[in-house]
Order: sequence, then structure tokens, then C-alpha cells
Amino acid sequence: GKDRVFNTPLCEQGIVGFGIGIAVTGATAIAEIQFADYIFPAFDQIVNEAAKYRYRSGDLFNCGSLTIRAPWGCVGHGALYHSQSPEAFFAHCPGIKVVVPRSPFQAKGLLLSCIEDKNPCIFFEPKILYRAAVEQVPVEPYNIPLSQAEVIQEGSDVTLVAWGTQVHVIREVASMAQEKLGVSCEVIDLRTILPWDVDTVCKSVIKTGRLLISHEAPLTGGFASEISSTVQVA
Amino acid sequence: MRKMLAAVSRVLGVAQKPASRVLVASRNFANDATFEIKKCDLHRLEEGPPVTTVLTREDGLKYYRMMQTVRRMELKADQLYKQKIIRGFCHLCDGQEACCVGLEAGINPTDHLITAYRAHGFTFTRGLSVREILAELTGRRGGCAKGKGGSMHMYAKNFYGGNGIVGAQVPLGAGIALACKYNGKDEVCLTLYGDGAANQGQIFEAYNMAALWKLPCIFICENNRYGMGTSVERAAASTDYYKRGDFIPGLRVDGMDILCVREATRFAAAYCRSGKGPILMELQTYRYHGHSMSDPGVSYRTREEIQEVRSKSDPIMLLKDRMVNSNLASVEELKEIDVEVRKEIEDAAQFATADPEPPLEELGYHIYSSDPPFEVRGANQWIKFKSIS
Repeated sequence: GKDRVFNTPLCEQGIVGFGIGIAVTGATAIAEIQFADYIFPAFDQIVNEAAKYRYRSGDLFNCGSLTIRAPWGCVGHGALYHSQSPEAFFAHCPGIKVVVPRSPFQAKGLLLSCIEDKNPCIFFEPKILYRAAVEQVPVEPYNIPLSQAEVIQEGSDVTLVAWGTQVHVIREVASMAQEKLGVSCEVIDLRTILPWDVDTVCKSVIKTGRLLISHEAPLTGGFASEISSTVQVA
Repeated sequence: MRKMLAAVSRVLGVAQKPASRVLVASRNFANDATFEIKKCDLHRLEEGPPVTTVLTREDGLKYYRMMQTVRRMELKADQLYKQKIIRGFCHLCDGQEACCVGLEAGINPTDHLITAYRAHGFTFTRGLSVREILAELTGRRGGCAKGKGGSMHMYAKNFYGGNGIVGAQVPLGAGIALACKYNGKDEVCLTLYGDGAANQGQIFEAYNMAALWKLPCIFICENNRYGMGTSVERAAASTDYYKRGDFIPGLRVDGMDILCVREATRFAAAYCRSGKGPILMELQTYRYHGHSMSDPGVSYRTREEIQEVRSKSDPIMLLKDRMVNSNLASVEELKEIDVEVRKEIEDAAQFATADPEPPLEELGYHIYSSDPPFEVRGANQWIKFKSIS
């Protein structure tokens, strides 16, 4: 209804701050930022207010019922401000969860889990899949657990890790590698960026011995650096 | 025999043209005319801009040509976009020509201007050619940003763009105004934003700083009634955008009347130059196209509304009627200008379509300013670009 789903004026910092306020009273709030590229005015609210609320109030208050949704990733014609993948900026912040689905079926389950999760979550939706992806999605609600990566395809020679749109690219790569080079790839969709499923990835790398991570975000300081250094330490 | 006749008629035809030209030139046009313009609503101001203004024939023709050029250029961009020669995002400003041309008429070329993404008109009025603008839209090397900026990122001398993030350009404008004051050259900065952006927090931060330090900043809200698809009533607690500056004096201007815009701008610029601090102008205007090319523009407003504005308040029509009715120009003369403008746009479009794209090596240029050039990794580790700047 109109009193539950409404448009806001143009003020990202205000929108997220507003959402945090609603969530702190216990009500469920789902705040939408038009494009992930515009989430930066709200960065302070997310990192300093939302992420740390439970901690600094000694668990008296929390804004766990807040979920922030934002279209994410490149779409071909987005250029500087409609294409960004800022998951790495948020991965650096304890207290929030960051989730990226790869398909409609995944999106519904993961989004419902984010909403029910007792921590503030950021749900990045690959915008190029809005029109490109078609899938059978059950009408009833269902959950897909957070912080669990999914092994989409088993293999023995190399582990390929990706999230969002890149999962589909990686899948193609895996079948090309099998056809042309006879290389058997294990494909993993990370699904939750923060906190990420270290066990699944490490188990896979122990099996295959090699790891390749692919993401759209810039290389330096991108989340792949975190994954690769953790895997090497393990 | 037929050839002879054809030759004779050709000669006669050529002879006729200069005769008609002489006819036009000998007709007596008025040199200038005085017009009444709408009084501006004022906020915290004792007096506003004058309610009458003098328009010379020369200026009138110039404004007409400029507005028609902007209009035709935007329509050509629409066409090229639909042919997929322009890609990406494209925000057109047809309907709002009186704003860009009127603002330019009220300031000097040495003044500064910064706006958001509906910037093609301003890029033109600030001095760039239609060729450079269309080539930038099509992403070719002849474009003003060398093909790397596109629709939302066009720049020219004393024109700072062309900014994608809504509202982000306003603190920048206040900063430019600070530099103007510091350099002491009596320049002002026009900082534009839209009715949607007027609700952004950073704008109020900029108001405060500008007023505190009395910066020569003219804040201009181009109110075209819709922030993308949200009408102003649904987005703003107060739609009196000229009052939103609170402690900053403001005026509300009819943005469809170029003379009104010009007088208000002259008034505002004089105010700032006298050191009194910032001032706010709300230009009430309208855009015919949707928010961008992906927006049909009719899901949140009626076709009747668009038609009504087009027939009653079209800025080009208003100027034309004024000039013809007070004998500043003839209908034929203005039609000639239309023809010339159309040709100019056509040529520019040809150039923009035929010009080659920037070479691939330039993809990495200008990321950093660095000597020796900085190396950048491309989409995979075997592609490397140099960032030369």
C-alpha cells in the first residue's frame, strides 16, 4: 500500500539515516538507493551509524531490521555513475552484511534472508540482470542462507570464484576451458561478500590447488585481494 | 531551344534572389523595442529586477538563433539516440532554452558556470560549437572531452560541466565563487541545480558557507516541475524554491521568457558583484522530453500538459512573436535563420557520425597526472594502458 511503499525526495544520506531510525525502533525498513554509485552520501550513515549501533549501545539498540537495496554493476552504457561495484568499500566495515545475488531465484531467497537477518544488510542487485535474466521463481517465500557460498559446478583443476554478473561469465569460461583446454573448473558463487564463506572456498582450493577470482570492481583493494590473501594464509 | 530556355530561367532565377534580398533590407525594422516582463516574486529583497526591458534587433536575432540552435541540436540528439549512434544516457533540455540563453545574456564570458547533467544547452551558450557537442555525444575524438565524457561530462572555458551526481555540483560552485572572491577579478559563479536536487543536504551546506563568507555565488534552481518522475509536490515540503535559501535572498523568475531571465540574471550578478553575498534564483521552466532518453515522459504527466506548455509558453515562440509584432524582425527573416540553423546542425551531425572514435591507447589517459606516465592494468593482466596527462 501507499503508506508502506513510498517515494522519497532526493537525499541519500537522509534516506539511509531515516531507514536506520525506523529500524532502531524495531520496525522493518527497506531503503532503496537508485544506483549503487549514489550510495556514497550515505556512506557515513551506514558505516558510522548503522554498522556500529548494536556494539556501542551494548546490545540495547540495533538497526538489524534495515536492508538497503541498490542496483549494482556494469550495464554496458552506464559510464562513470551507473556502473560502480562498491562492495569492497563496505567489506571493510564490521557490523553490516553485504550480499550480491546472481539470478532471480537467488535474489528472492537472499533478499528475504537479508530482511529477516538481525543485522543491517546491503543488497546489491546486478542491474544488467533486471532485463536479461529469466527464471522460474516460486511464488511462496523461501530463504537462502547468508554467508554461504554455493558451488555451482564441481571440478578438479582450478577454483573460479565470482559474484553477481561475473558468475555467468565465469561459467562460460569454465565450459570453454573444459572444451578447449580440457581443464576441469570448480565454479563458486560467493553470494555473501561480508561475512564471506571462507570454509567453502578454502576447501575447494585444497582440492584443486589453484584459485582465480574475478570481479567488476577495480583491482587494487578489490575484494579479490581479501579472498586471495586469506586463502594463502589458510 | 530547351537548353536555352533552361539557361535563361536559371539566369533569371539568380537575378531574382538579390532583388528580394534588397526588398528585405529596405524594409524598415525598428532598432529596438521596449517590452514589459513579469515581475519576479522576491524573498528578502526590497527591490527586484526591472519590469520593462529594451531588446535591440541585434540581440533579438542573436537570442533567437541561439535558442533555435539549442532546440534543433537537442532534437537531432534525440534522433541520433534513437538510431543508436548516441549511446549511454542522454538528458535533453528542449523547452528550457530560455534558461541557458537568458543566463548567458546576463553575464560575461569571464564569469563561471556549473550545472548538472542537462547540460548540452549550457555547453553551447558557454562557447562550444554544435560540432564539438554532437561529436562528444557520439563519443568521437572531435568531441569536447575527446569522446571520453559523453552527454553528462562536457566542459568549456569557465564552464565546469556536466556533473552526474545530483547536487554534488553545488558545493563545487560555492568553491568556484570563493576563488572568484579571492582572486578579486569581480567575477561571479552561477551554480545551477534542479528541483529534485534542491532537497539534497549538500546544497544547504553550500548555502550556509556562501552566505557566511559572502561569496559571489548565484544559486539557480531550474525548476522544471519534475525530478525525474516525481512532481515537485510529491518531493518537496516547500515548492517555493526561491525561498529555500532562507537567509539568502531569492527571486522567482519566469524561465520561459528569455527577457525575464536576462534581466533577473543581470540583477543577480550586480547584487553579487557588489559584495553583498550570494543570491538565489528559481527559474520556472519546463522540459518537453522525459528525464532522459529512456523516459517517455508521459507516465507521470499528461500529454495535454506538455501540449499546453508548447502552445502557450514555448520560449522560442514567445521571442518570435514579440519580435515580429514590434517590427524587430520579419517572419521570413526568422525562417531564414531556421534554415541556416538546420543546415549547421545537419553538418555537425554528419561530422559527429563520421569522425573516428578515440584510439584505444587513450582509454587510460588522464587518470592521474604523473610524470613519467603511470601504468594502468586493463580488464585483464595482459592489457596495459598508459595514463598520460
